[in-house]
Amino acid sequence: MRRVFRIPLLAVAALVVVGLGWAGFAPIEVATHEHSFDIPKGTWARRRAGDLVEILPDHIRLTLGLDAVLVIRNHDDVPQTFGPTIMMPGQSFSLPFERAASYQFTCTAHASGSLTIDVEPEPVTPWARIRWRVREWWENRKR
Amino acid sequence: MIRRLILLTLLGAAALADAGAPPAETLKAGVLTPVMAAPALRLTATDGQPLTLGRFRGKVVLVAFGFSNCGEVCPITLATLAGARRKLGAEAARDVQVVYVTVDPERDDAARMRKFLGAFDPTFIGGVGTRAEIDAAQASWGITSVRKMNPDGSYLIGHSSSIYLVDRAGGLRAVMPYGHPADDFVHDLKILLRG
Repeated sequence: MRRVFRIPLLAVAALVVVGLGWAGFAPIEVATHEHSFDIPKGTWARRRAGDLVEILPDHIRLTLGLDAVLVIRNHDDVPQTFGPTIMMPGQSFSLPFERAASYQFTCTAHASGSLTIDVEPEPVTPWARIRWRVREWWENRKR
Repeated sequence: MIRRLILLTLLGAAALADAGAPPAETLKAGVLTPVMAAPALRLTATDGQPLTLGRFRGKVVLVAFGFSNCGEVCPITLATLAGARRKLGAEAARDVQVVYVTVDPERDDAARMRKFLGAFDPTFIGGVGTRAEIDAAQASWGITSVRKMNPDGSYLIGHSSSIYLVDRAGGLRAVMPYGHPADDFVHDLKILLRG
């Protein structure tokens, strides 16, 4: 019986080792270094009508070297204040981060009145790459 | 045949020239695109003259908001901006104007702001005005401020702490969040001063 399971078990173990090896050592490639949010047309009108439309989450996580440029585009008809700046209709704001830290901005768009951006260091060790890949996979799954 | 050779040589030269071209310099600050005119300022300057951005056309202007009783954010911001001007050198710094607008018009008059800013750099110009004038300036620049009362009746003000970079033509080009070192300002100011 044990011999029957030995080969499949070895195959699974080999797959896990290969998978971990890839996740830990293969460089992470991203399509864009931008982490983008769009403010759709009509957002201000919806808010004024009492709709608690959410555009930016209270917390945003960025990773140096991967997606450390926050981009916000205002497609609405009125100026919008998000995080550290005011954006006119049709304007976009592109904010690069170069240091890993937690950044807190005043933000009238949130009930808490603040927006926190956690910038994490670039995952350069095998363990950090595995952790980053697993978290990305998990968050994409939730989306 | 000769035409083909010439064409190929030209194409090769163009490709080499393109490969050798330095990449466009990017700012350390957050960039606004397309560039639009900076919101208006209609206040009184600490030098007694009207404070409008038009006064500084041709210079790069750093606009920030704060108050003289601020114990944390404003002194750090002002010390950073003063350090950036020093690092730029006297000649380049002549084309850089810092404008610091109060969010506390009840306590900050022109004399108080002048003394406060002068401690960091005598070229800094403060913006003061009535509560209505300051409210209008804050609204147009997207500045929030919240008064926090102390048990003894005094108060502090939590306020937006970004620094706005206005180019020589009066366009609002970029926004530097609080906390960047003087070197980042020097880097961006050099780019903006080149036009």
